[in-house]
Amino acid sequence: MFYREAGDFNTSYAEDQQTFPIKFDRYRYYVVLFIAIVVVPFTVNDYWVNSIFMPFLIYTIAAIGLNILVGYCGQVSLGTGGFMAVGAYACYKLMTAMPEVSMFIHVLLAGVITAAVGVLFGLPSLRIKGFYLAVATLAAQFFLVWLFNRFPWFYNYSASGQINAPERDTFGIIITGPSTEAWAAYAFCLVFTIFSAYVARNLTRGSVGRKWMAIRDMDIAAEIIGVNPLRAKLTAFAVSSFFIGISGALFFAIYLGAVEVGEAFGIQKSFLVLFMIIIGGLGSIFGSFAGAAFLVLLPVALKVVGVDLLGWPTDIVAHLQLVIVGLLIIVFLIAEPHGIAQLWRVAKDKLRLWPFPH
Amino acid sequence: MKFKLGTMAVAALMAASPAMAELVFPSLSYRTGPYAASGIPFADGYADYFTMLNARDGGIGGVMTTVPECETAYNTEKGVECYESLKGGGGLVYQPLSTGITYQLIPKVTADNIPMLTTGLGRTSAKNGRVFSHVFNFPANYWDGASVAVKHMLDEEGGDLSGKKVTLVYHNSAYGKEPIRTLTELSKKHGFEFNEVPVDHPGQEQKSQWLQIRRDKPDYVIMYGWGVMNQVAIQEAVNIRFPMDKFIGIWWSGSENDVLSAGAGADGYKAVTFHNVGADYPLYDDLKKYVYDEGKAAGAGDQSGTVIYNRGIYGAMLVAEAAKKAQEIHGTANITPSQMRDGMEALEITEEKMTELGLPGFGPEFKVTCENHGGNGFAAMTQWNAETKEWTLISDFVQSDQEVIQSLIEEDSNAYAAENSIEDHCS
Amino acid sequence: MPEQLAYTIEVFLNGLMAGVLYALVALGFVLIYKASGIFNYAQGVMALFAAMTLVGIQNGQVPFAHLINAIFGTDVHKFGWSVHSFVAIALTVVVMIGLAWAVQRFVFRHLVGQEAIILFMATIGLAYLLEGVADLMWGSELKALDVCAAEGVCLPQGLNSWIDETTFETFGYGFFIDNLDIVASIVAAILVVGLVMFAQYTKQGRAMRAVADDHQAALSVGVSLNFIWILVWSLAGFVALVAGIMWGAKSGVQFSLSLIALKALPVLMLGGFTSIPGAIVGGLIIGVGEKLFEFLIGAPFLGGATENWFAYMLALLFLVFRPQGLFGERIIERV
Repeated sequence: MFYREAGDFNTSYAEDQQTFPIKFDRYRYYVVLFIAIVVVPFTVNDYWVNSIFMPFLIYTIAAIGLNILVGYCGQVSLGTGGFMAVGAYACYKLMTAMPEVSMFIHVLLAGVITAAVGVLFGLPSLRIKGFYLAVATLAAQFFLVWLFNRFPWFYNYSASGQINAPERDTFGIIITGPSTEAWAAYAFCLVFTIFSAYVARNLTRGSVGRKWMAIRDMDIAAEIIGVNPLRAKLTAFAVSSFFIGISGALFFAIYLGAVEVGEAFGIQKSFLVLFMIIIGGLGSIFGSFAGAAFLVLLPVALKVVGVDLLGWPTDIVAHLQLVIVGLLIIVFLIAEPHGIAQLWRVAKDKLRLWPFPH
Repeated sequence: MKFKLGTMAVAALMAASPAMAELVFPSLSYRTGPYAASGIPFADGYADYFTMLNARDGGIGGVMTTVPECETAYNTEKGVECYESLKGGGGLVYQPLSTGITYQLIPKVTADNIPMLTTGLGRTSAKNGRVFSHVFNFPANYWDGASVAVKHMLDEEGGDLSGKKVTLVYHNSAYGKEPIRTLTELSKKHGFEFNEVPVDHPGQEQKSQWLQIRRDKPDYVIMYGWGVMNQVAIQEAVNIRFPMDKFIGIWWSGSENDVLSAGAGADGYKAVTFHNVGADYPLYDDLKKYVYDEGKAAGAGDQSGTVIYNRGIYGAMLVAEAAKKAQEIHGTANITPSQMRDGMEALEITEEKMTELGLPGFGPEFKVTCENHGGNGFAAMTQWNAETKEWTLISDFVQSDQEVIQSLIEEDSNAYAAENSIEDHCS
Repeated sequence: MPEQLAYTIEVFLNGLMAGVLYALVALGFVLIYKASGIFNYAQGVMALFAAMTLVGIQNGQVPFAHLINAIFGTDVHKFGWSVHSFVAIALTVVVMIGLAWAVQRFVFRHLVGQEAIILFMATIGLAYLLEGVADLMWGSELKALDVCAAEGVCLPQGLNSWIDETTFETFGYGFFIDNLDIVASIVAAILVVGLVMFAQYTKQGRAMRAVADDHQAALSVGVSLNFIWILVWSLAGFVALVAGIMWGAKSGVQFSLSLIALKALPVLMLGGFTSIPGAIVGGLIIGVGEKLFEFLIGAPFLGGATENWFAYMLALLFLVFRPQGLFGERIIERV
């Protein structure tokens, strides 16, 4: 059961190129999937689903989406919140216009609509680069939030200006609204998370992903070797926005159930998702998971330790939380600038030689 | 140094471990983040009231109370986490203190059979108890606030507002847009001209808006602001020399925090309120005796007597009375959240009751029924005196224009009922 | 003079003033970015931290009072004295220099030569940390900020009567100009002139420019990078303090003060991340642009509150024609 490739003989190209070439890794991955699919849904309660698993899964999808754009294609974007809002409002309009259609379709369609909007706001990336582009995507962020707040058509003219997810089902199982079972909501999000990770992983390994990375590493050089920057950048925006749209739709319909655009999809959401991928590791699918976990779980864990176990005043704990998260980010960076994903990689490399590193 | 925190930890563990019967009143507070200035005094007042009940009366009906606090930082997601984590502790009633969190929780509390009180915030149409069985928003809501502000203008202008100009400055969010429909209806009824001026979140820069107001020269300005927007708006109003006694804020724009930074210029600024102000009540003697002097005050203990601290006291008083009512109805001291809901639905606040509690004239009288979860829409006006740094009540509690508001509430709540296929809970 | 024209001029002038306030925030970003290539996300929080420290010192608050009380069970809040504004400002500057030293010593010294995105991320961590420390130190409640030279001689605010009356006599419509804005403009002008003079005519200033041009070349001719970076962070801290005072005077000192950074981003984009004059000109263009748009198009036709996104759209429009900002260094790309 040692973690090493010795003894693993690959007899076909397919085997050689699989995502997890080491047997141990592969089994570990199956175990994680097994636990996530088979064990967790039968053991979770409301608390775990609503405050840990759902935010984690949904933010992971958003982080994967943003990671494609920032980590793989090198286009820094701060419009995530706005694009999530597009997903959420698209999903809401679809849900209320076509109540009989399955939620799966609605969420996917919301992703497609967001992809279209993403391409539109991706156009300036052909001209603008680096931090300038990051700030330019903020234009999308602020404009979209203003738009959804301004025109009542988007929230079906409700007097409250909020959008509420009515009760909808898929395959006869209720997955939105208050009477949703915890496991159903979890399973629904899990399907999308696995789907996103699978698609993203394979896209980034293929020719599309290699084109993105070529653009990221040096766009002029990429252009010279025959990568079309227009297509590469816009596909990155489209795919990235597709995932972000899905996460926005889930965030609204499954997780929160009611949303006000300025509060739920404001600029701080864009920053949060960006922090996740930077902390997790740019250009890594695992990094998206790790970053989302770090920023979702850490505050909850600190709260549980500080308030529930130690009984400190909540405001001191909240302030200390900020200090600790900040310190951890800095310490992490100094120890390993490329995020948790790199730590993981280093650990795996060490493990491969363990216990005789020399 | 670790000594004190250590003992506190032990004490907390000891307090938590025995499964003693307790009445749990969770407090979703926000002592950090952009709205901390409003969150701190409310949470302090809420906690202090229960601390006093425990020390003075031995809890409610002989059962001690606890107020577990959970920090939301006014963030919806943290609010959900707080709700879920406190739900396990048997919370009797939630007061989310945030419109966003309220909207989240409306379906959840209904499904979980736990009541929620959103005093002066949240979904206005929750007043219709037929549709919103577990949500209460007595004694007054945003639409009442707008209407009472207009009534006050009517009083000032000798009963006639025709030809006058009224401008609404609002936080460009669902909350800020609440009064627009009410004011539009009222402008038709009373014949005044009504304009809206939105301010985008967070509202640190409002030059354009106030230049516009300066050009338009409205007779009155109503403000639905929140957070930093309040301070800046009041400062800008002072800057353009808008007469402060014609500037009326909703209750979330009417605390010491909002006016203090504008200094002497803010003198005469008015705000709508649904509870009284100041510390001149017999209850405060008890608070001093049992809480402050014992060193048990929540937070830094320096918020006593401020407007929002009083709101915390008021919120705590309402749910404590509802708990008493529930104990009375069900004949048990250890009530469940579901019984608590019945208590809230049967709550009646009268002047005698408030006097008995040491809070004479603290709020309007009202009676909750199955159909009406929102009280009778009474609110009063307060005015700021910059010299003494005090708010004073300048009117009686007057009723809002029920005719206009009731129809709006019916319309909105029925739309919600239709959308979510909710049946009439009262019949 | 037709009314509409008078209004437009008034909006234009106020836009200029607002632009100066935006530029004040942007200046801090530019200083650090120019000298070290760090996009300092924490600049807004630094303004908050500086303003909180200033108020705390002025009022004689005990730092970490709440924490101390919680740990030791004591009941301390204030020292019971109040400090003169100028002394408090000087002390705050000292604190900001200390902060600059700490940031350099404990964070960026360990990250020399890393990619821009990693340095950016470190400033994210710094922002969290500073916010938490500021709250723990001074408490998160709202504080009124007043800077007074003497009893009763404070930062002026409100309508400038002289301008109002003069314009009323000449044009028949009194213009509104805020006294605070006038002061802010003067302070900003002094600050920019001072910074430029410092950069041009002093030894440290020259060293600073050398570092901005080329780290390694500067190092090889004997410039201490460490010192320069501490210097730059201190200057940025000072600028943050000034911005904090100007914005805090209006809104009081509270968490939202850190959000003024968002107002500076379009300015940076437009003016270029590396140019001090760019920050000023960018600020003026954004200020005037968003105010005029709101006045002429936003409020009458789009229902208002358009300023936030319009500032970014305007900057975006400029960028399409000049991708490096108005005054940014030409981007020369080689393969």
